[in-house]
Amino acid sequence: MRRWRNRRWADGLACVLALALLATPVVAVQPDEVLADPVLEERARDISREIRCPVCQSEAIEYSGAPISRDLRLIIRERLVAGDSDREVLDFIAARYGEFVLFNPRPEGSNLILWLSGPVLLLVAIGVAVAGQRRRRQALTEARLSEADEARLREILER
Amino acid sequence: MIVELGHFALILALMVAIVQSTVPLWGAHRDDPRLMALAKPAALIQVVLVGASFAVLTWAFVASDFSLSLVAGNSHTDKPLIYKITGVWGNHEGSLLLWVLVLAAYGAAVALWGGNLPARLRARVLAVQGMVGVSFLLFMLLTSNPFWRLVSPPLDGQDLNPLLQDIGLALHPPFLYLGYVGLSVAFSFAVAALIEGKVDAAWGRWVRPWTLAAWVFLTIGIALGSWWAYYELGWGGFWFWDPVENASFMPWLLSIALLHSAIVVEKRESLKAWTILLAIMAFGFCLIGAFIVRSGVITSVHAFALDPERGVFILLILGVLTGGALILFALRAGALEARGIFGTVSRESALVANNVLLAVATFVIFVGTLWPLVAEMLLDRTLSVGEPFFNAAFTPFVVALALILPPGAMLAWKRGSITRSMKLLVPALILAVALAGLAVTMQTEATILGPVGLALGAWVVFGALTDLWVRGGRAGLGERLGRLARLPRSDWGKATAHVGVGVTIFAVSAMTAWKTEDIRVVQIGETFPLGAYEVRLDDVRELEGVNYQTTMGFLTVTRDGAVVAELNPEKRYYPVASMPTTEAAIDYAFLRDVYIVLGDRQQSGGWAVRSYIEPFANWLWAGCILMALGGFLSLSDRRYRVAAGAARREPVGVPAE
Repeated sequence: MRRWRNRRWADGLACVLALALLATPVVAVQPDEVLADPVLEERARDISREIRCPVCQSEAIEYSGAPISRDLRLIIRERLVAGDSDREVLDFIAARYGEFVLFNPRPEGSNLILWLSGPVLLLVAIGVAVAGQRRRRQALTEARLSEADEARLREILER
Repeated sequence: MIVELGHFALILALMVAIVQSTVPLWGAHRDDPRLMALAKPAALIQVVLVGASFAVLTWAFVASDFSLSLVAGNSHTDKPLIYKITGVWGNHEGSLLLWVLVLAAYGAAVALWGGNLPARLRARVLAVQGMVGVSFLLFMLLTSNPFWRLVSPPLDGQDLNPLLQDIGLALHPPFLYLGYVGLSVAFSFAVAALIEGKVDAAWGRWVRPWTLAAWVFLTIGIALGSWWAYYELGWGGFWFWDPVENASFMPWLLSIALLHSAIVVEKRESLKAWTILLAIMAFGFCLIGAFIVRSGVITSVHAFALDPERGVFILLILGVLTGGALILFALRAGALEARGIFGTVSRESALVANNVLLAVATFVIFVGTLWPLVAEMLLDRTLSVGEPFFNAAFTPFVVALALILPPGAMLAWKRGSITRSMKLLVPALILAVALAGLAVTMQTEATILGPVGLALGAWVVFGALTDLWVRGGRAGLGERLGRLARLPRSDWGKATAHVGVGVTIFAVSAMTAWKTEDIRVVQIGETFPLGAYEVRLDDVRELEGVNYQTTMGFLTVTRDGAVVAELNPEKRYYPVASMPTTEAAIDYAFLRDVYIVLGDRQQSGGWAVRSYIEPFANWLWAGCILMALGGFLSLSDRRYRVAAGAARREPVGVPAE
């Protein structure tokens, strides 16, 4: 029992260490990557923020020190210099690395559930709030005195 | 031996928690004061036992007792003392013990300061608190015991992850847990009220301070985490929409909603069922957060226990606690009739709008966080949801909240007039628009984010100040200021927190929109321009730290020839963990931070240097501090204490409505 626990503990530790290594904040974008054209560079940055590093834990290639992230950053710049649009660059990378690398899931197919869940729930919530308001008002009118009671009340007050 | 005592204390704490969660509940049901009275000593004994256990684990870390598996895996003799102590909660098991300690402390606090509660309600609250304690103590003892010994202890430990060897670890988790676990009190109050079948203004008044305290701690905890990321990760980012960050953000948003809806319960006896539901959900989302962080089901930069077995156990806790509470809610919510009705234009309606927006925003983050999991399991698609999605999906809610905040906060209860609010707010509106116009003409970037953020932030800030000013009434300046000074603390708290919201909105958009970045190779002795500044790399030296080696850069930042700051960014290497880290050097100032990171030595000679000007970075932390301060001010309002006295005179055991 104890030995088994130790092994599992060691496995866990290896996992955490590997994780920590991957998450290490090594300086990401290197000086030699930066494009001379500031407009293109800005576009490259925006795209880099949308691409997930395939081997890291939930990190964009823009901030990752992994070698593959550097390769991807260079590919992005190559495509941009070649005259691709942002969308074409994203398509180019998604075609090779799969939709997993897109941090901005495309609003297509089943992803529409993701994109529309917010607006739909907002409408539902507004509907519920309005219905609640109506119900409370109705409860108020029901709670009013009956006509006979009103008449009696007036009588008492006028006396 | 001492370690076994700590272990034993933890087992005893579980036994006490079992007693605490059953006997007082039975007593409340039977109306037996002796059984109910057991809750208080049980809660106090529990905190002593868990505290003892925590002290023992801390001792083991400080004394470097490597016969403990946890210490061997997360500590080292050469580590500075402070990181030996903070290392106690820099891992899954130890952080769980801290969680349980905070839980027990909140239970004890309710027992000590809950003297004004009706005996039955208090017994039930403490019993529910005990149940939460039982589930987490069981979780610890069965799957994550920090007191496991090793058969053959190593000579030295494997060291704590160097990224965690930072003051951030000392502060961020304790505050975060004070926040998360504080929401368990709101949860216990909600469940107790459901068992009781009664929610009234007094309940709203009792539950609000606890929620407020939890929210204040959560705010500080999240802000500290954000600041830690800002200076540690090396590129000035402060929020990444990582699943673990979302896990802390969702309860934070829901606790804001809860704070506001509890006001409606307290003042107007309306929205009772909704408030109860919010209290259950807020803590439920803390448990979901624990699941996300500790199960490894969702990949995140921060996750530390990648163990599905533990994940299943947390899911079980989540199911039993939240599921049980929700079933109880379904059975009893009908009995919680609303007393106060309100017009469509009223403070209540504005607070309902606040709640709708916050709840839906939370839901959007929830869906975004879990979508990769759902898509993989049900649709067989491996995909990611990150920053771009959350920015696009969450920002509209912030904008809507900021727009309605000032007029909503000034509406009268029951029936208000939107024209009256807006008339008073005309100066605030003009100021906000003027500032945005100024930003448009001054900024060099072609971005709409900066000016819009400034306008929204200014609108909220000046709106909050107008609200406060109007409360001074119509009178001469001196008289008016006197009246303002005599306003209840909660009014000041409200204004301060709302100002904090505005400042935070502005700072986030300013930092995103107006950041200046420079990446280049710099030779030693070379000077380069950075915005309005000049930066010179004087030297790079190899130095020895306490338990690391460091490569330190010496840079001088000047402006028009005058020295502004001398900065020393570092690249460290921790030999025990064989891990490098980057330490940015930051010159903090009122309007901007100069942020410099040292990169690698280049083959051509010289060093890669990344420099940033982070505009208004300190405003972000100031905004968070203002929000927390507002919470503290409200918490110190004497109304909560006066109400305490008033409640004591109420006959105990009044029949349910």
